[in-house]
Amino acid sequence: MDQQTILLTVLGMAAVTYLPRVVPALFFASRPMPEALRRFLSVVPPAVLGALLAQSVLLEKGALNLSFDNAFLWASALTSLLAWRTKGFFGPVLAGLCFVALWRAVF
Amino acid sequence: MQHAQDDHTAQRDEPSALSQALPIIMGYLPVGFAYGVLAVKAGLSLANTGLMSILVYAGSAQLIAVDMIGSGAPASSVIATAFIVNLRHVLFSAALSPFLASWPVRRIARFCFEMTDETFALHATRFHNRQLSARKTLAINLLAHTGWIVGGIAGAVAGGFVPDVKPLGLDYALPAMFAVLLVGQLLSPAHILAAVLGGSLALIISQTDASAYATLAGAVIAAATAAFTPWTSKRSS
Repeated sequence: MDQQTILLTVLGMAAVTYLPRVVPALFFASRPMPEALRRFLSVVPPAVLGALLAQSVLLEKGALNLSFDNAFLWASALTSLLAWRTKGFFGPVLAGLCFVALWRAVF
Repeated sequence: MQHAQDDHTAQRDEPSALSQALPIIMGYLPVGFAYGVLAVKAGLSLANTGLMSILVYAGSAQLIAVDMIGSGAPASSVIATAFIVNLRHVLFSAALSPFLASWPVRRIARFCFEMTDETFALHATRFHNRQLSARKTLAINLLAHTGWIVGGIAGAVAGGFVPDVKPLGLDYALPAMFAVLLVGQLLSPAHILAAVLGGSLALIISQTDASAYATLAGAVIAAATAAFTPWTSKRSS
């Protein structure tokens, strides 16, 4: 692909990526949302976070890694526990990062 | 290094935009770097590599796109794939829309341009805690986006020379942020059910041919189930 075609591809990708990002927000900015949809959307954040966390922790190059040598599994348990006990944000993240670095230095 | 997010003082004591964006930036820099390296290897110019990070700003779609371009796929199929992979943003945009309704249209349009998995996750939690400052919201988005662009350009410039960032554990920054945000989202039995189902379904779908839909389909089925089962709806708010 020459750079001209790549540029057009990038512009096309930008358009098809932006539309799903902006259309729903603009649509519901100007009209009321049905109660059933509001109820559904209220539990979308935990559903999305569960999906993102599970995939980022348990998938390694697309394959499931449920074994005990998965550093992210232990690190996310530590991060979650700290987040729950301390209500902190950056502290639990940093503790998890240090845990992973330490794990990799040891094993 | 902790920022108390007690419910009563949440709005007054909201951490700075930079400290909230930092886990996202730490995650974006190495992934963006990897994207930049791969983009140049696939034959993209430095300008097109940077432009994609600026205009598309979607990690997995960009990594898939440069892989497809490198293997000679036609533009139409690269664009169609980006659409499918990024369709999950429909859900994010709709879920945040109640909090944006009072904003001017141009600001909504600008905010949504920088909607990613990570910024959605962060803002969904912030907005729920009544942390609605538009200035801080847009600052977080701009900082995260800048991290992504800088990482990509650095990777493109560094080209073949790829230092191993793994020993630093930086690739754990985004999973860590998801974990912290998820803990804050476990507000009712319905929320817990949605999280558990969303995670399980996404993992299952990720192992099928429909893996591009793992997050979208997993979250939709999980949220619908959690919102409309009699067991949870009686107790949830």
